[in-house]
Amino acid sequence: MNEHTAVANGTNNIVVSNLTKTFGKVRAVRGINFEMDRGTTVALLGPNGAGKSTTIDMMIGLTTPDFGSVSLFGHSPANAVHMGLIGAMTQTGSLIDYLSVRELVSMMAALYPSPLDVDEALRISGADAFADRMTRKLSGGETQRVRFAMALVADAELLVLDEPTVALDVEGRRDFWIAMRAFAARGKTVVFATHYLEEADAYADRIILIAHGRIVADGAPTEIKATVGGRIVRATLPNVDLDKLRPLSGVTSVERRGDAVTLNCADSDATLRELFTLYPNVRDVEVRGAGLEEAFLELTEDDDDEAV
Amino acid sequence: MNQLTYLRYEVIRTYRNRRFLMFSLAFPLILFLAVAGPHKNQMIVGIPFPLYYMTGMVAWGTMVAVISSGARIAAERQVGWTRQLRITPLPTWSYFAAKIFCGYLMAILSMLILFVAGSLVGVHLTLSQWFVMVGLLLVGLIPFSVLGIMFGHLLTTDSLGPAIGGTTALFALLGGAYGPLVTGGALLTVVKCLPSYWLVIASKSALIGGGWPPQAWIVIAVWTVVTSVLAVRVYQRDTRKI
Ligand SMILES: Nc1ncnc2c1ncn2[C@@H]1O[C@H](COP(=O)(O)OP(=O)(O)OP(=O)(O)O)[C@@H](O)[C@H]1O
Ligand SMILES: [Mg+2]
Repeated sequence: MNEHTAVANGTNNIVVSNLTKTFGKVRAVRGINFEMDRGTTVALLGPNGAGKSTTIDMMIGLTTPDFGSVSLFGHSPANAVHMGLIGAMTQTGSLIDYLSVRELVSMMAALYPSPLDVDEALRISGADAFADRMTRKLSGGETQRVRFAMALVADAELLVLDEPTVALDVEGRRDFWIAMRAFAARGKTVVFATHYLEEADAYADRIILIAHGRIVADGAPTEIKATVGGRIVRATLPNVDLDKLRPLSGVTSVERRGDAVTLNCADSDATLRELFTLYPNVRDVEVRGAGLEEAFLELTEDDDDEAV
Repeated sequence: MNQLTYLRYEVIRTYRNRRFLMFSLAFPLILFLAVAGPHKNQMIVGIPFPLYYMTGMVAWGTMVAVISSGARIAAERQVGWTRQLRITPLPTWSYFAAKIFCGYLMAILSMLILFVAGSLVGVHLTLSQWFVMVGLLLVGLIPFSVLGIMFGHLLTTDSLGPAIGGTTALFALLGGAYGPLVTGGALLTVVKCLPSYWLVIASKSALIGGGWPPQAWIVIAVWTVVTSVLAVRVYQRDTRKI
């Protein structure tokens, strides 16, 4: 099969269409659409309760969507799981007792059609240091590494990681992402969820921003950073035309409340320099990081049907 | 996929679980030695007491073994392990089959230990008597295995101990595993509808001669079907919730 037909049949990509899930009154996911190519790494970035885990759980067949569908290289999630195409680390979950780390990872390896060598998976995940310890004697971070080893040992086409670095220390995080990179470099497809813009920026080819169950931005890390990684400059500047502030360098949007103006900036240093030069009467200048939460609020401000 | 490797690790996990071994192997043995030992030379309903009591403990011990094995699913659910397995190619039925297999393995071990203990206090049976007894026991344990899997999806680890303890004790008591509780009247008709009654009869087949009457097969079959349907329901409810 040549490249072209593979794409046409959807066997070479992942297609998520109109995914929707409601839990009681909570509209956890409200129509998520995206496509991603085989071999790419995509980050789902969003605040608590955004719907990242629900989306991931529907992608790997753990949760049934109310509407919408998922195609993983042309297969349904259930079939993809059955064929061993998915290696996953869910957000919560612990290990079973009465096995050593190596035994547990070997047990998982036995379930897949072409698993990675167990020692290799232990080494990559950093679990080799305590491979012979019993699972119940592990710390939170060690448990997390074993869970990573279990996801890796599948050697699956698609690796799904839901906030994988939560319990890890700084060194653990760095090692983790190096391992994930090495895995992705073998042509594997990776989807991971995170709260941290820095993680998404550093390790994904593309960031999908989710808030309130919807995609609010989708693009290369540099684009997303320009949208949400900026700063907010607030100042008292009476009687100035907002249209004159908009073209200032580094400014992405402006607002006014009374005498106070708020400038959302991608490059606040440049903005401030121009602001002080052009408006010597500016007072009470305040600069702060926009933060993800704020960026999300801004991006979802026009959300009409928040309440169910 | 190599399901035998998976099964091997499940078996390893079973025999490393001391508490489980304690309940399904040690308890019936201790009870047998404590009760039958001192009454070595007595007779009950025309049968040597140790032999009578051994068969009762076999019925109870094997029942505890297979129910507890399935019920261990509760602990695995609690730590999110069943969710983890649902994203592997392992079919759900294989997961259950492994649990049933481990339960039977423990049940057979429980029988062997009691048989050895029985011979030590003077129990003697012919080879064919052993075969009939073991064969019927294995069949009689089927509904209890399924019940264990249902418990595994119904209960939390906190309620597991009392639930298994209570259920098995009640089944064993009514079924006559601890001694002939019900010997006639309307209550016997009711008790004869319990699978534990026939499990005890299976265990005593060597003493009373012959196998099961047709009613036994029907009761075991009906209980197997009913517990299976319930187990499937409970399983579906449990996975939907996630
Ligand atoms: N099983 C469930 N039952 C009821 N509500 C649920 C369930 N799972 C998720 N929710 C709700 O759906 C919304 C989205 O949850 P989800 O776990 O997908 O968020 P998330 O983006 O992964 O958040 P976090 O970053 O905290 O992990 C939340 O409001 C959550 O309370
Ligand atoms: Mg989550």
